[in-house]
Amino acid sequence: MSVALDPGPETTAPLAPVSPHRLVDLVFRVREFGIIAVLLLLVVVTASIQPRFLSLQELQFILLDTTVFALLAIGETMVVLTRNVDLSVGSVLGLAAYVSANQFGTHPGTSIGVVFLVGAGIGLACGITNGLLTTIGRVPSLVVTLATLYIIRGIDTWLVGGGEVVANSLPNAFLHIPRATIAGIPVLAIVVALGVAAAAYYLHSFRSGRELYAIGSNPDAAQLAGIPIGRRVFTVFVVSGTLAGIAGVLWAARYGTIDSTAGTGYELTVITAVVVGGVAIFGGSGSVVGAALGALLLNTINSALYVLGISAFWDQAIAGLLLITAITIDQMIKVQLTAALRRRSRLGA
Amino acid sequence: MASESIGGNEAGAADAESPAQLPVLSLQHATKAFGAIHALEDVSIDLYPGEVHALVGENGAGKSTMVKIFAGVYPPDSGRLLIDGAEVALSGPADARDAGIAVIYQEPTLFPDLTVVENIFIGRQPLRSGRRIDADAMHAQAESIFERLGVRLDLDRIALGLSIAEQQLVEIAKALSLDARVVVMDEPTAALSAFEVDRLFQVAAALRESGVAVLFISHRLEEVFVLCQRVTVLRDGRLVLTRELTVLQPDDLVRAMVGRDLPERVTAEHTVGQTVLAVDRLSREGVFLDVSFQVRAGEIVALAGLVGSGRSEVARAIFGIDPYDAGSVTVAGERLRRASPTAAMAAGVGLVPEDRRQQGLVMGSSIVRNIALASLKRLSRLGFIRGSMERRFAADWAVKLQIRFGHLSNPISSLSGGNQQKVVLAKWLGRHPTLLIVDEPTRGIDVATKAEVHRLLDELAGEGVAILMISSELPEVLRVADRILVMREGRLVKEFVHTEASEETVVAAATGQVKAAAA
Amino acid sequence: MEPEPNVAPPPTDVTPGEGDRAAAAGLGPRSLIRWESGLLLAAILVVALGVDASSQFLTNGNLFYLCISIGEVAIMTLPLTFIIITGEIDLSVASILGLASALVGYLWSHGWPMPAIIPAVLAVGILAGAFNGFLVTRVGLPSLAVTIGTLTLYRGIAVILLGPNTISSFPFSYTKIGVDPVPHTFLSYSALIFLVLALIFGVVLHFTPFGRSLYAIGANKEAATFAGIRVKRIKMWLFMLSGLVCSLAGILYTFRLSTAVQNNGLGLELNVVAIVLLGGVSIFGGTGTMVGVVLAVFVLAGVQNALFLTNFPESALGIIPGVLLLLSVLAPNASSFVHRAREFLRRRRVRGRIAAARS
Repeated sequence: MSVALDPGPETTAPLAPVSPHRLVDLVFRVREFGIIAVLLLLVVVTASIQPRFLSLQELQFILLDTTVFALLAIGETMVVLTRNVDLSVGSVLGLAAYVSANQFGTHPGTSIGVVFLVGAGIGLACGITNGLLTTIGRVPSLVVTLATLYIIRGIDTWLVGGGEVVANSLPNAFLHIPRATIAGIPVLAIVVALGVAAAAYYLHSFRSGRELYAIGSNPDAAQLAGIPIGRRVFTVFVVSGTLAGIAGVLWAARYGTIDSTAGTGYELTVITAVVVGGVAIFGGSGSVVGAALGALLLNTINSALYVLGISAFWDQAIAGLLLITAITIDQMIKVQLTAALRRRSRLGA
Repeated sequence: MASESIGGNEAGAADAESPAQLPVLSLQHATKAFGAIHALEDVSIDLYPGEVHALVGENGAGKSTMVKIFAGVYPPDSGRLLIDGAEVALSGPADARDAGIAVIYQEPTLFPDLTVVENIFIGRQPLRSGRRIDADAMHAQAESIFERLGVRLDLDRIALGLSIAEQQLVEIAKALSLDARVVVMDEPTAALSAFEVDRLFQVAAALRESGVAVLFISHRLEEVFVLCQRVTVLRDGRLVLTRELTVLQPDDLVRAMVGRDLPERVTAEHTVGQTVLAVDRLSREGVFLDVSFQVRAGEIVALAGLVGSGRSEVARAIFGIDPYDAGSVTVAGERLRRASPTAAMAAGVGLVPEDRRQQGLVMGSSIVRNIALASLKRLSRLGFIRGSMERRFAADWAVKLQIRFGHLSNPISSLSGGNQQKVVLAKWLGRHPTLLIVDEPTRGIDVATKAEVHRLLDELAGEGVAILMISSELPEVLRVADRILVMREGRLVKEFVHTEASEETVVAAATGQVKAAAA
Repeated sequence: MEPEPNVAPPPTDVTPGEGDRAAAAGLGPRSLIRWESGLLLAAILVVALGVDASSQFLTNGNLFYLCISIGEVAIMTLPLTFIIITGEIDLSVASILGLASALVGYLWSHGWPMPAIIPAVLAVGILAGAFNGFLVTRVGLPSLAVTIGTLTLYRGIAVILLGPNTISSFPFSYTKIGVDPVPHTFLSYSALIFLVLALIFGVVLHFTPFGRSLYAIGANKEAATFAGIRVKRIKMWLFMLSGLVCSLAGILYTFRLSTAVQNNGLGLELNVVAIVLLGGVSIFGGTGTMVGVVLAVFVLAGVQNALFLTNFPESALGIIPGVLLLLSVLAPNASSFVHRAREFLRRRRVRGRIAAARS
């Protein structure tokens, strides 16, 4: 505990015009702006070397690839904000992709709407399981979702057997979903972008949304403040699971061929995207917009590597480096920020 | 020193001019015991709206227990709690909050990532259409609260980095937003600068004007006289007096707080040897400044002072847990490396830390493991350590210190506070230190064990160990110490030999009361 | 004269803080013995299950197969146990294995002799661990986030090293460990190495000052510091040790499969963590035994093997670690759950009484 040793009376007047509020704001925004800046730089550099990077098709590819991850990132952000983690999203996506697409084969004539419901339903069930185990079972979410990652993937592998769903067993209307565009922009991307905006609005303007931040920021204080932590945490897992289910259906529509490896490893990519996008690994701060931008950045890097003829083999290493760089920067900023805010506190009004 | 006591165990109403209205909060004949420890004995207090009421007493007098009863942490064993004249039973902190009682602690816990406004209103933000948060209304409400309090704070900054003072203000604002009618401030000024204290006083005055009852707990008597209207003094769990401050002098308060006969010295003088510890101009920015003193073998030197005066920080700096910016520490003639507990231990220094549960013990571990923790290398043969060696070591020391336990393999949490402290002591004594630093050695311990610990310290001094003792309990300091160093606000301000010290003189030096020094 | 220092009152229903966690989670010394007994029972059941499933279960051939299926994973659980006991985690273990494997292939295909390759690969493993340790202890980053990052990074480097290539021309004198058991036993070389290492790690954990300090660090880092334990230095060593051991596992893995390919060991980290947690090591740190982890290795491998011998669909075998993991963490919580439910009901009754009294 520090005791201020004042040699004399202190001024009561507030000091420098740069209020801490603005400083924080700037740093906050820097993350989203920072990612956009890096993105632009990347696009410009790549396009100058390989102009076909700026082709409509390439950009559409990037956006489409991102939609799945952005969808996952929405749910994962909400989970991470509460100081939890959902490692099962990749397995949920895989299971939902297979089961939903398989409906066309096992129940010919199924409407696309029903298929989406099936996928979402699978995700919902998985999310409920994760949520219950974490809140009522009082098991740390790392352990819970690690276990369900296995179990769900195992169920998926068992269901798939040795087979797979192939593209030509799926109705054209379904496979066309990712190809629909408006003014050159894939409809899916627009829809997911709207979803991100909706999630951002919820997190910003609704009590329960703000409570997610509180829970991650200081769980003890959240308890004292009477925030229904169990209920909130359960809900975020349900959301994460359901979104992963829907993402699975979209994945199926995109790639057409689904075997038991669909979605493997996606959880790591999503977490990387989320952290790169500015969400603190221990929760309490961050935005879904940032997370979605993080997903966009990762996918753009992949595409850039491909287009530049650099072997795609560099993408993982780069993603890993990005994550480490992001959290290191976050840590340094936090240390500087706390010191700066403390200095302003001591002197100001 | 006269042991005339002012008042006796009287109920507040008899000797205080209580305003002719209903107290908003009333504690009647409350008693609370924790096993053998009688924290409160038949204590009554009334808090009226629009007054700032001081609660004063030494460490262990019962103030914390009273605060926790108000906060709803636990009920009194007997006695009643009344709000607006009606009896209530608080089953938890939420009930206390609903009843309009707010407690501001020394170290508030806010949400560091949320803004000040959000910290105040989280979970209760005003809403507009569609159940969306009405940020403007929230701001307006927060602004009006801060206006009522007479302070300004940037509402939109995140709470991370707020000074303790500002965090307290946010907590007070939160209390007001909850329509608190009683605000308990538990030692709020301990970590505040002069400017921040002034601001806090303004706020307390504003609360008063709003009709809120404020219970102000502090050791700093000059603050009590400036801010408060009435004062209640507790001593050893009992009520000593409740009176208007206008009829009292600071000396009266001091005497009421300590009013006992000079406690018996444990034994006669110790024979003192060479200088073991020499601290020279030790400084750490913002924490302590220019501290110099010596401790010799066989000597017990006490570091007295108020909470927050920097004593524990000096101890930690000597032992190497914290770094320091200037000055030096020398043990047995050798300069001690900074910020290295390993070096300190190798030089024969041991530290029994202030926070027993967080720093002194590994709570989930067994008694054996805890006692052996600082002696692992010494207990090992050829690099291996066997459970039987640890157990024998622990058993030896348990007997030596008369630790009462079930099985040595029991978790440390099964022991009473006194026995837990003995385990911490055993841990360090097992290393046969040449310098033992003990920080609040008998805090939260029953009287019998306290005496044992004092005897032990005395024995150690007799064996030639140099002892630096930090304590906020004056009787203990006077009973045990050969020399008393008083720290105030990070500096060493006075040194007494025990023969020239009295409780009043020490308290006076610690609180900066020049007048009482002559007593 | 209160029994507690002047701190804020504990919130009523919150997870206890550092130092109280282990005790509260019911993972004190006695319950740990219960855990190991449970594992021992499970192991016996596994043997029974296996024998029942197939007469082949206890044959040398099958036991050898059981050993090689789990050997490298088992080896990796050893340093991870230390790390988790101190309250950290290392998710990059399988990626270090993969990196080591890729490096073996890469160097071999570039003409390095094997006696030079092995120390070089081990050195790289130590470096990889040191990088983890540096980020955690010097930069102060949470180990979960760091090792998710290095998991990806090291896998990525492995991918870069080998690209699409598969190196499989290793000399039989090395790759025979995937085919021949240790002479006169059914053990694979990897299993033997595991057992020897487990013994060493176990002795260090339970019978040395170093091992004791790990528990202290995990249970209460602050108290450990106050007792003179060099927390940061120890954690750094542990991460480096993990890197060393995992690269050793990677070398063994490569020889066993006699193939180096970029996705060697993909996803294995989850197996490793599952086994350690199943072994009774608390994810919060501060408790756990080596015996438990060794038993857990056997239980997991045994269950998978036994089921494999039955008609259990092979593709679903992946569920096993997940189910076992869940059971292992739900079981201790079950009793506290019942207790909490009772507590909750009791409080509601009390509140009802007070409300009734007031009206």
